[in-house]
Amino acid sequence: MIFSTYKNSFRWLLAATVLIAPAMHAQQTKPWEQLPIPKLHEFKPQQPKRIELKNGIVIFLQEDHELPFVSGSVSIPGGSRDEDLAKTGLVDLYGEAWRTSGTAKLDGDALDDLLEAKAAHIETGGDDDSTSLSWDSLKGDSDQVLALALDLLFHPKFSAEKLELAQQQAATGIVRRNDDEGGIARRESAKLVYGPNSPYTREPELATIGAVTVDDLAAWHDRTINGKLRISISGDFDSAAMEAKLRKAFEGLPPVKPLPPRHDVFNGPKPGVSFIDKEDVNQSNIQIVGLGTDRHNPDVPALAVMNEILGGGFSSRLFQKVRTELGLAYAVGGSYGYSYDHPATFHVQVMTKSATTVDATKAALAEIAGLTSKPFTEEELKRAKDSILNSFLFSYDSKEKVLSEQVRLDFYGYPSDYLETYKAALEKVTVADLNAVAKKYIHPEKLAVLVVGNGPEIKPGLDELKLGAVQPIDITIPQPKEPEGKPAAAEKK
Amino acid sequence: MQSRGFFWLGRSLLALTVLAAANVGLYAQDLKSFEQRITTKVLPNGLTLLICERPEAPVFSYSTFIDAGDVNDPSGQSGLAHMFEHLAFKGTSEIGTNDYADEKIALAKVEAVNNAYEAEYLKAVGRDEKKLADLKKAFKDAETEAHKFVIPNQFTEVAERNGATGLNAFTAMDETVYFWSMPENRLELWAWLESGRLSDVVPREFYKERDVVNEERRMRTDSSPIGRLVEQFLSTAYVAHNYGRSAIGWPSEVQQITATEAMDFHKKYYVGSNIVVAVVGDVKASEALPILEKYFSKIPAGPKPEEMTTVEPRQFAEKTVAIREKTQPFYIEGYHKPDYRDPDDEVYGAISDIVSNGRVSRLYRSLVRDQQIAAAAAGFSGFPGDKYPGLFAFYAVPLPGHTPQEMRDAIHKEIEKLKTTDVTDEELAMYKTRARADLLHGLANNQGLANELAEYQTRYGDWRELFRELDKVDKVSKEDIRRVANKVFVASNRTSAWIETETPAAGPTAPAAQGKGGAQ
Repeated sequence: MIFSTYKNSFRWLLAATVLIAPAMHAQQTKPWEQLPIPKLHEFKPQQPKRIELKNGIVIFLQEDHELPFVSGSVSIPGGSRDEDLAKTGLVDLYGEAWRTSGTAKLDGDALDDLLEAKAAHIETGGDDDSTSLSWDSLKGDSDQVLALALDLLFHPKFSAEKLELAQQQAATGIVRRNDDEGGIARRESAKLVYGPNSPYTREPELATIGAVTVDDLAAWHDRTINGKLRISISGDFDSAAMEAKLRKAFEGLPPVKPLPPRHDVFNGPKPGVSFIDKEDVNQSNIQIVGLGTDRHNPDVPALAVMNEILGGGFSSRLFQKVRTELGLAYAVGGSYGYSYDHPATFHVQVMTKSATTVDATKAALAEIAGLTSKPFTEEELKRAKDSILNSFLFSYDSKEKVLSEQVRLDFYGYPSDYLETYKAALEKVTVADLNAVAKKYIHPEKLAVLVVGNGPEIKPGLDELKLGAVQPIDITIPQPKEPEGKPAAAEKK
Repeated sequence: MQSRGFFWLGRSLLALTVLAAANVGLYAQDLKSFEQRITTKVLPNGLTLLICERPEAPVFSYSTFIDAGDVNDPSGQSGLAHMFEHLAFKGTSEIGTNDYADEKIALAKVEAVNNAYEAEYLKAVGRDEKKLADLKKAFKDAETEAHKFVIPNQFTEVAERNGATGLNAFTAMDETVYFWSMPENRLELWAWLESGRLSDVVPREFYKERDVVNEERRMRTDSSPIGRLVEQFLSTAYVAHNYGRSAIGWPSEVQQITATEAMDFHKKYYVGSNIVVAVVGDVKASEALPILEKYFSKIPAGPKPEEMTTVEPRQFAEKTVAIREKTQPFYIEGYHKPDYRDPDDEVYGAISDIVSNGRVSRLYRSLVRDQQIAAAAAGFSGFPGDKYPGLFAFYAVPLPGHTPQEMRDAIHKEIEKLKTTDVTDEELAMYKTRARADLLHGLANNQGLANELAEYQTRYGDWRELFRELDKVDKVSKEDIRRVANKVFVASNRTSAWIETETPAAGPTAPAAQGKGGAQ
């Protein structure tokens, strides 16, 4: 099914509204407006129990007795943005090899056998700002699986063999990365915004993953394991008993050591057009990018509503114009992004056949410019707010989602009632607010355009955009220098 | 973290897990609990409604399952079912228009001019270019005229403004499925929208949407090495059955699909007897059923469309496809197997689990861990569908420096083991335990459950089969696995396809090296 499935991937095609104001004639009530919408059933999402130990470690417990499973997770501050440039990829390798290596008592392969026979899992992973260990099992196995997970947390034994395996897989990803047009576009457009060696965009290379050693993995573990751990458990368990078990495991640890604060610099892209030629495609992937913001910014609620109007669904301006009206794209969307603790990107994407690359780019640029030149209407505001607020429920419609949200807020230092205050702020957004944030944050002259596509087929050419000389980007995959200590993983066998 | 997801075919592993879950049953008391929470009703028009009460939060999800997919596209019209799916988002005579009476006339004009244009365009001899140009202009004018009556995307706008989340649809070979989730107090609004778009479709903006679908093809197939490979793989594996045809459609055929053809497809396949609608969430059957009955009774009755009668002839010659291009190598092979009603259906599930599922799986341990020649390898059943006899396929992603031929040899060694030596007691027990747990996991999600229930109700005429299949899983034996492997995994029943990396004349990665100047 997976291959023959042609989804209307509307979720990432977020889009924009083009003032379709054609003939709304006499305003009679529409049939669907006559249908009753009763009061929503009373609902108070169950909040997890939060326990902060004296050493700073935090535990979250969320009971959920619907099914006989227990799952858990430990989140550890520090991720790929904190690794050495010369060893880019270290945290990915760590996330893989930590679990596959196993512990002194039980190596990774034996752990696989033991867990899979019970349909249980323990996995580890690395992200840009954290690493994690997570597990799940049937209720009857949950004590044993928790013990195994804690053993892996406290007594990992990194193996050279498993590191090598992880390096080989990483190398496969590296040498294949230019086969995927969308992947090239996402990666290179992010580099335009943050810079090629930014902690948020630098790429693992054959040389950098080859430079990682088992000692590096162990050192990374020792360095981060004393950080502020957050342990969260959900499922079919008894909170009092679970709390006692976790206290026993974590209370004796020394006080947590916070990571030093980061001092990243974010300048945004150099305006202009860049191009990457890919001879085996017949569709261009167009990215229009700039710097975004973070969620501490009080303008985020207004930006969220603006995003809904620009690129948030079928009714958005980008979708209405580029897809529905012009038929130029299947995939089109975009938003002014906000992350939890650093600026995200402003990002609009369109994919169109080679010959209409310039048309589609111009149409998308016009919608971006339109955010400041075509004033927002009350109708657009209402539509966007309806969509966001009526679906808001889906950010907490399961106990698991409520738990992850609370862990996330705690991790980034946001108050636990963030969702409520955010929703209240969304409700208050006005047309004036929209016009103000568009004016403040949308600067078309500061944006960069990246096109990945089939050069000879792109006619008219990108110079027709009149955005200055087209800058080619070289995406050749660097080959590691030979013999230099340990051969790169790619060269093995 | 075991499969790292840089590679999209890897997702078939996921699909497999879902499939395995679907094929498994539960303990008796659980089926009993579902018996109490599930209500079904067949309406006079033949449509089946299914409601499953799961009041965890004040929301519901639905799945509308149409027993028709791209396998049903008429000859010369590949991609039609998918094209129709796109049309089903364009509204009805009541929504998406400011004046349906006039719009209807304008749309008839669009269709008439398009037909005249196509007739002229397709003339083998004596095509009149001047006439063609005039007709093209007349077509554009007619489209512009019809557009005056359109309120674009109003159907989806109303759904989204009322909190619809995950609003989407997919067209597979065997079926077309529409779905979203909503706050529970919008149930009646949803029933109005969904029953409307199923019964009262208007071929609005059809030809613009056809351009959109062409872009979808470029994205999924033409511009993706694996997309291109898989299309060639399937069209080689099948000589007669529609499983071998491009599901999104061959470009020349999609480009010529007309609104009339799409509406004919709708008339034939979107009849009550061919549709199951499942709702899961915070709904009470006693209150919801009368509402659903009221709206879904509007859907026309009609005979269940006849099943396709083409049977793929037995393959007697091994077939191969080799693509030589500058992208990274890849290997896939497939063997014809029976459809989902085969008594051995669970045996295929067992094989795919044992060879593919997790780091204990045979292909991972052999190709990835021990031989260190592949980054990922798996086998999966029922591709590109399972309503009709599909393929059991194996694939592997070579590590740098390794070739498709090595993947092939290593996979064949593993297949040989299945044929000559029994799987272990531990492997068989593991498969059964995991199948059980997977099914349980799937019950905690409204949308997933709605999709499963609708599918089982369609395929077996009874949703209970979802739970009862555990019995079949429990019966799978080691002998079954050997017997099936020996029957199906034979060379004359095999089609294999691969990408061999063609070394460019100079430089390691040609696309970048040529980056200069192309699009000036």
